[in-house]
Amino acid sequence: MSKFSKKKKGMPAINTASLPDIVFMLLFFFMVATTMRETSVMVTNKIPTATEVKKLEDKRLVSTIYVGESLDKGKDGDGDKIQLNDKIASISDVRNFIFAKRADISDDEVDYMTTLIKADEKSSVGTINDIKKELREINALKVTYSTNIGVEKE
Amino acid sequence: MARRDTPEINAGSMADIAFLLLIFFLVTTTMDIDAGISRRLPEKQPPNAPPPPIIKEKNVFEVFVNKNDDLLIENEYHKIADIKQMAMDFIDNGGGIGNPMPNEVAGKDCTWCKGTKDPASSDHPNKAVILLKSDRSTQYGTFIQVQNELGRAYTTLRNRLAKDMYGETYTDMVNKLSKDKGNESLKAKITTIKSMYPEIISEQEAN
Repeated sequence: MSKFSKKKKGMPAINTASLPDIVFMLLFFFMVATTMRETSVMVTNKIPTATEVKKLEDKRLVSTIYVGESLDKGKDGDGDKIQLNDKIASISDVRNFIFAKRADISDDEVDYMTTLIKADEKSSVGTINDIKKELREINALKVTYSTNIGVEKE
Repeated sequence: MARRDTPEINAGSMADIAFLLLIFFLVTTTMDIDAGISRRLPEKQPPNAPPPPIIKEKNVFEVFVNKNDDLLIENEYHKIADIKQMAMDFIDNGGGIGNPMPNEVAGKDCTWCKGTKDPASSDHPNKAVILLKSDRSTQYGTFIQVQNELGRAYTTLRNRLAKDMYGETYTDMVNKLSKDKGNESLKAKITTIKSMYPEIISEQEAN
């Protein structure tokens, strides 16, 4: 039985010296590849998918408007709601929201500002049209309908 | 003097600290890139503005999405899959004289159109207007699908034209430009293609 008794008792400790390196690598990957979450979405937000999309380059020049049904119906009630920043707001607040965004941007860049409408696919076009009407009034003419990037099937 | 060894620093908790940071970044950041269908709203007209010029019926391609998400193209029921081909036939018809191209005085025939030149359909791509009507209670998802199909119609035509003129597709050219922003000659080519098939989509609410 000498063959078996030679075997050491217990496992040798695994060298974990490279573990921090691996984790740091992951950390740097996430720091570079992701962006900070700015708002928490308070409405349903399953955005539609399209293939003819354009990526928005400069986040600074984008103001996002969320549209969808409220997640907290007891508080906000039924129907499509508009979320600006971190609040459920009404149509008439859209103007001030855009004006507030414009105040942070230098004058010559205002023309390049885009309004990103992130609307739930179940929401109705009427709500979107109301927003568009408001945006037209204050001359914020560049609009992007937010979509997922789909793959063209053909 | 005897050289004293500095004791080794215990780096065992380094991994824990790194994990903590990693998890913090995982939670507070998002990876999604904002993308979508870009449209430009019409400018607000002053109250005393002259009435808009009347557009001939044949130069308007009406797509109506009603409140039940049914699709009516020129007042006939169609499937969403039909829009692209019908819109392409309409834009590419080239049945007459168009508006003058940039830096030109007189309007000319559409020499790059490969349509049937039907006199009852659009005159020229720069005169062809797509009128997208939607009801207030149309679902947004359907609306976007229709927008997407219309966009695809333009892209297909632009791709074809770019391939004939410059040997590469419009989509490739746009992708190349986004990687190489300062490329003026490429920018000029894209502008040319865009002016030959301008995207004229008018969104309207029907009630």
